[in-house]
Amino acid sequence: MSKNPEFVKFDKVDKSYDGKVLVVKDLQLDIAEGEFITMLGPSGSGKTTCLMMLAGFETPTNGEILLDGKIISNIPPHKRGIGMVFQNYALFPHMTVYENLAFPLRVRKMEKDEIDKKVDKALSMVSLNGFETRMPGQLSGGQQQRVAVARALVFDPAVVLMDEPLGALDKNLRESMQYEIKHIHESIGVTVVYVTHDQSEALTMSNRIAVFNDGKVQQLSNPAELYEKPVNSFVAEFIGENNTFNGEVADISGDECKVKLSNAEIIASAISVKSKGEKTTVSLRPERALIEPSEKMDNMFSGKIEEVIYHGDHTRVRINLLGNPEFILKVPNSTSNLELKVKQDIKIGWNSSDARALDPK
Amino acid sequence: MSSETKQILTTDGIPLEVSLKKAEKKNKIKAFLLVAPLLLFLFITYVFPIGEMFTRSVDDRMVTNMLPKTFKAMEKWDGKELPPEEVFVGFYSDFKVLVENQTQGKLGQRLNKEKNGFNSITKKLMRQIKRNKIDESQSIKEQIMKVHKRWRDVEYWQAIKRTAPPYTMAKYLKGMDMYFAADGSIAQVDEDRRIHRILWLRTLEIALFVTIFCFLMGYPIAHLLATLPMKYSNLLMICVLLPFWTSLLVRTASWMILLQQQGIVNDFFVLIGLVADNNRPEMMYNKVGTYVAMTQILLPFMVLPLYSVMKTISPSLMRAGKSLGGTPFVAFWKVYFPLTIPGIGAGCLLVFILAIGYYITPALVGGASGTLISNQIAYHMKSTLDWSFASAMGLMLLSGVLVIYWIYNKLVGVDNIKLG
Repeated sequence: MSKNPEFVKFDKVDKSYDGKVLVVKDLQLDIAEGEFITMLGPSGSGKTTCLMMLAGFETPTNGEILLDGKIISNIPPHKRGIGMVFQNYALFPHMTVYENLAFPLRVRKMEKDEIDKKVDKALSMVSLNGFETRMPGQLSGGQQQRVAVARALVFDPAVVLMDEPLGALDKNLRESMQYEIKHIHESIGVTVVYVTHDQSEALTMSNRIAVFNDGKVQQLSNPAELYEKPVNSFVAEFIGENNTFNGEVADISGDECKVKLSNAEIIASAISVKSKGEKTTVSLRPERALIEPSEKMDNMFSGKIEEVIYHGDHTRVRINLLGNPEFILKVPNSTSNLELKVKQDIKIGWNSSDARALDPK
Repeated sequence: MSSETKQILTTDGIPLEVSLKKAEKKNKIKAFLLVAPLLLFLFITYVFPIGEMFTRSVDDRMVTNMLPKTFKAMEKWDGKELPPEEVFVGFYSDFKVLVENQTQGKLGQRLNKEKNGFNSITKKLMRQIKRNKIDESQSIKEQIMKVHKRWRDVEYWQAIKRTAPPYTMAKYLKGMDMYFAADGSIAQVDEDRRIHRILWLRTLEIALFVTIFCFLMGYPIAHLLATLPMKYSNLLMICVLLPFWTSLLVRTASWMILLQQQGIVNDFFVLIGLVADNNRPEMMYNKVGTYVAMTQILLPFMVLPLYSVMKTISPSLMRAGKSLGGTPFVAFWKVYFPLTIPGIGAGCLLVFILAIGYYITPALVGGASGTLISNQIAYHMKSTLDWSFASAMGLMLLSGVLVIYWIYNKLVGVDNIKLG
């Protein structure tokens, strides 16, 4: 089966609620068939609005949304055939689990036997067989969540939308549900558009992640690339932890550039800087900087330890480095533990390829 | 109970239950003292008056107290033929006491209600006694029978015997257009005099339709209130509550201004050519007026419970219904509507119960064909002063409401009511 790379297409979509502020600006996004794509962003970034437009509960102010090559802007929600899992599950509280799952099948006027078969299959998918006669109120949060997922999938929709479905669950349950949803996606190959503001959720589950901010997609790429190679300082800041230096480009040659800070000069990869004199923010992941590195690194500086925080599997060290008192280092908890003391002077090194000169913050 | 259940002790060795009771005692007393004023208030304003109403409605001790010897003598009388001498003697001695106290008039009135004609024959007997015409050494029976021919009629003595029990259900029967016939059986009044039954049915009918109208108008309003943005919903809420801030009398009076034949609504109909100027429809002093005014006045009682229930229904449920493939109607009917049933139940019950006992509005705009049973109760309270009959009808109304509540409980379940 050849997969359609433009199964869902947002084509120059704008959305405004009040005619003054654009909540979504010129959105251009293609979603491939069978893909698990996550819209990630802080609240108010427009990600849920995009989802609602795709579901049909909001209309784009401008532009078109296409599903499998057809413009769907004028199709009402109930004819789009898109499954949806809502933030608070939106299970029908007056119906049993069976009736909840049978609802989309009954409105499609299916035969009773077929409904039974499909409901049974969907429930076994989320391992909730035997819960047919329960009311949603008698289920735990995780079980309700699974019923909601099963209900969104039971009528074999082409696309399933999930709007922060795990937001109400506690941490452990959330993690196990993440894997469960991921496995369901892998086994049935449905296209999933997932909205969350939890970056770890996005990183674990998705094929690709679209990072939203300010109504725009800041970066659209797979989780690894998003983490390793953020294209701007918002993404670098939003995904994972991040050390930054603000400075000015002193020299640029090919991929590399020299960035002049107030009291030093560091070497970084030139990502979004083009010319000398530009202001820039250099981003560096905490785990990419090493204490007292044994090998040669092109950035080597010394700083003073301000704080040591024990985290079990690793130790966080806050260092005052090059005028940045918030420089964080992660030291893995290994047998060759270093002696780390507050106020101690220490050597820090990193490779210029891990330091990315991005747009100024 | 069994030896297996071990008593749990606190660290000090006191049984846990005892200790708990001691610890909770103070709180319990406090809680009780907090509700005590309300309990007292409820008792004084609710339980006591209803009890009083009930005794009043069945109380028939007046005659019993007035004619003790008569009824004592009547115990042996079979009630088929004229009573024996002893009954007449007893009646004579009872009646003489009444004449001395000048209270025989009340007896006459009371007996007259039982059977027409008593008033004049008791008066006649009184005059004879006052003039000392009755010779106690001779047969009292003969002498009384000579006073008036009705004293010779067995039916009149049967009527007296019927008033013997200190309690009677006669008022309740009267409320249903029935009465105790001469032989003690229950009979219906003549068809052209059955006014109460018409009133009961009309009360039920008007209450039912007012409830339906309120529901039809209140449901969309409540839905709008629950879904509009705060800015507009507050304004709409004020519009709904505005009638509450206006006196009921003023509102009813304004309906009179609107609905009368030369009123604003009729003027408007004439203006747009809907009706001819010389053929203006009557919209008040009949059922139409009662329907219109009562629906408007009771509407908030429907809207508020509905609103409070709808407010709790997450909008994502309707969205879920639609995204799962239900048309907007299916999503509404299968998802939204069933969830509003507790509000519908509360609103309908509230409006129906209020409507069934409504008084001022039907009295003012109802005319002859639009008055309800409560107007009849008020009439007996104020005009005929037959308080026991008014009490009986009031209690019948109350038990009617309780029956409706019971039926509702059977059908929907009271736990499903949500008032706010």
